[in-house]
Amino acid sequence: MMKKVLYIVLGLVFGVIMYKSEAASWFRIYEMFRFESFHMYGIIGTALVFGIIFIQLIKRFNIKTFDGEPIVIEDKEKSIARYLIGGIIFGLGWALAGACPGPIFVLVGAGFVPIIIVLISAVLGTFVYGLLKDKLPH
Amino acid sequence: MDFILQPWSWFVSGFLIALLMFVLLLLGKRFGMSSNLRAFCSICGGGKVNSFFNYNWKKDSWNLFIVVGAMLGGFIASHFLSNGSMPDISESTKLALQDLNISTNNGYLPNELFAIAALSEVKTWLILISGGFLIGFGARYAGGCTSGHAISGLSNLQLPSLIAVIGFFIGGLFMVHVLFPFIF
Repeated sequence: MMKKVLYIVLGLVFGVIMYKSEAASWFRIYEMFRFESFHMYGIIGTALVFGIIFIQLIKRFNIKTFDGEPIVIEDKEKSIARYLIGGIIFGLGWALAGACPGPIFVLVGAGFVPIIIVLISAVLGTFVYGLLKDKLPH
Repeated sequence: MDFILQPWSWFVSGFLIALLMFVLLLLGKRFGMSSNLRAFCSICGGGKVNSFFNYNWKKDSWNLFIVVGAMLGGFIASHFLSNGSMPDISESTKLALQDLNISTNNGYLPNELFAIAALSEVKTWLILISGGFLIGFGARYAGGCTSGHAISGLSNLQLPSLIAVIGFFIGGLFMVHVLFPFIF
């Protein structure tokens, strides 16, 4: 029960960050893909710099989870095709709808009704990927 | 209080995102939002149709609580922590928006796509449906989205994540610079 509340609180913090940083705004995504502002690159770049530092700290000092388990981050499977093709398809959608999966949930909460269409279509897209998975190059 | 109501700086936002990923790692979890879309498919019975959705999503149910929280966060941020104004994007982007027939006197999202009135146009439906479909299909194909690859994967110096992020940008740039003039 406590854990569930904790995850809801962490999600809430995430939602507020996404909304308040404007990373959940279609306009910022459009601006980013036009290279006309540093804003989005600043967000991702800062997250990345601190993300690398945090993960290096975990590895160097063998930091354990709160439950005392070792933190082992699995390497991603090696491939080029799936990441490049999948990435391009994702990028087309990201630019068109102006939101990636995290912000989609945030915008539903913010009360933008049409984003629900984007959410349902994204679930459908995931489902169709599952159907075609074995026929696609990975 | 004024600080809260203003849009947050990229530095504060970026740092908090990394901190969130760090806390999740300390809880033994991996930061990634698109895997929830797969969980939705399984919850809706997708496992009966396809083995890809026949997995133990309950093990990832913590992530669904993150989703509930993210929605609450969006509600709180939009209703109590901001005035819903249009992001202060650059002048050159505003000029480009005029060519797309999108108003530069707008809200947090463009009314032309995300106001309820926009749903009276078939074109809006087509844009939202195709955008969502590509996001869901592409994220699962690439094995992650912005949070899983651009933040988590790159932070762990994963080459596959770099390839995926390059893909995100090839797709995004193609959409904005080549396809947008035909779509809008």
